[in-house]
Amino acid sequence: MDSTLLIDKSVLILVVFGITLGIATYSTLAERKVASWIQDRIGPDRAGPFGILQPLTDAVKFFFKEEIIPDHSNKFLFILGPSLSMLTACITSAVIPWGRDLQMFGRTIHLQAADINIGVLYVFGVVSLGVYGIMIGGWASNNKFSLLGAIRASSQMISYELAMGLAVISILMMSESLSLRDIVENQHGFIHWNVFCQPLACVIFLTCAFAECNRAPFDLAECESELVGGYHTEFSSMKLGLYLFAEYINVFVSAALISTLFFGGYNFPGMYLLEGKIDANIISMLGTLAFFMKIFFFIFFFMWVRWTLPRFRYDQLMKLGWQMLLPLSIINVLLTGGVLTWLELK
Amino acid sequence: MSTNTMQVSNRGKKVDKRPMNLVERAYLPAVFGGMITTFKHIFKKTPTIRYPEVKREFADIYRGVHILARDENGAERCTACGLCALSCPAEAITMTSAERLPGEENLYREEKYASRYEINMLRCIFCGLCEEACPKAAIFLTESMASPAMDRGNFIYGKDRLVEPLQRPELHINAFEEERRTKWIEGR
Repeated sequence: MDSTLLIDKSVLILVVFGITLGIATYSTLAERKVASWIQDRIGPDRAGPFGILQPLTDAVKFFFKEEIIPDHSNKFLFILGPSLSMLTACITSAVIPWGRDLQMFGRTIHLQAADINIGVLYVFGVVSLGVYGIMIGGWASNNKFSLLGAIRASSQMISYELAMGLAVISILMMSESLSLRDIVENQHGFIHWNVFCQPLACVIFLTCAFAECNRAPFDLAECESELVGGYHTEFSSMKLGLYLFAEYINVFVSAALISTLFFGGYNFPGMYLLEGKIDANIISMLGTLAFFMKIFFFIFFFMWVRWTLPRFRYDQLMKLGWQMLLPLSIINVLLTGGVLTWLELK
Repeated sequence: MSTNTMQVSNRGKKVDKRPMNLVERAYLPAVFGGMITTFKHIFKKTPTIRYPEVKREFADIYRGVHILARDENGAERCTACGLCALSCPAEAITMTSAERLPGEENLYREEKYASRYEINMLRCIFCGLCEEACPKAAIFLTESMASPAMDRGNFIYGKDRLVEPLQRPELHINAFEEERRTKWIEGR
């Protein structure tokens, strides 16, 4: 491996990491602001102009809180839980293509940390690892509420992964590749966006993404009214902070994945009109900008849904996952296969 | 007539108990409708008043913390007659009277004055009966609120906090209070 590639990749990884953490930080403020707007309030506005220093004060508060590890907990697992949660949240973004190739410094720079040919599988693998952070944390707490929350979270995430995976299979059948970059390139042009070709898969994937992130209306794992705090009841100080922070990173990554898989990734309407007329580098930068606009919209969408819908009951959640989303996604796969075969025969 | 059909106010609404149809069971149209409702709220004006910077306007007849007024020469009007304490339903007012000494004419308007005058702001119900009972137009309820304190002792306001300051009376008595006072004096 030559050194320029190493430097390129290191810089890209650092930048992506920084952006991920930055966006997750400000998601905490955005969440409270969106909540306040929807509820006709003002929201936090005391720390800095419009409250932009609020995440900083929150983080400082988390760091200075007393750190309590319960006496009868498994200390190793107790510390491992939030760490694993944070780790799995951070590594998902490695396969997301952030933009087209840039021609810079006399060489081509790929705006993707790792263009592995099994990108989608990697994402699903890492997402299912995310269950361990919650499960281990809830188990190690030695607390009934934590354990219940952890069990709920893990069964919910495992159930919804099925429908999510099947929804993505129909996308894979169309793009005939597991690489996320190929999937994005396949959606070149506004009408080729997968949301128009696969609307059912899009709805299923969105719903499952909410469940995978443990967010309302599927936030049963931390259901305050029943389980105190769910899996993070016993956690305090920055360990709790890491759990909450990992949730926002997951939201960011989910938003990026939804944009990549269904909303054309870094493609934007009118892109082909600019082709050849202006510098290719500028087009790819505009594409990256468009990609981030989509991500921001979906982060907002996540919050919007959270402050609109009430929480599902647990049996409703399971019924929705197994009896509605799973059959629907199987039907969707069959339909896609049928249509593709028909097109091929014609 | 059974209880089911009985209407007391005639404002009751009939509950639709039909089983949900396919569109309703799909949840999504209802979810979408709910999201439109919440989205509309984003553009609504918030009724919040940002307190320390913006203060809510009080009504003209608002009754806040008391003030012991001075006359046009700056002498205290109160003669410690005790009618305010007598009229007070919460028994919040206590006072001690004293006789004016020669040379104190610029400080006290009449021969008798209150050497100690205390209102317990925790007992006070801000009814304004003291203001109505006062024959000398000496006590008024202003538009300011009793400030918070850490202990009960600080809620007993003595003369140091009640008597109208000499230098800048406009800070404590606004135009409306001034008008109310002149009207009251004219009415006598």
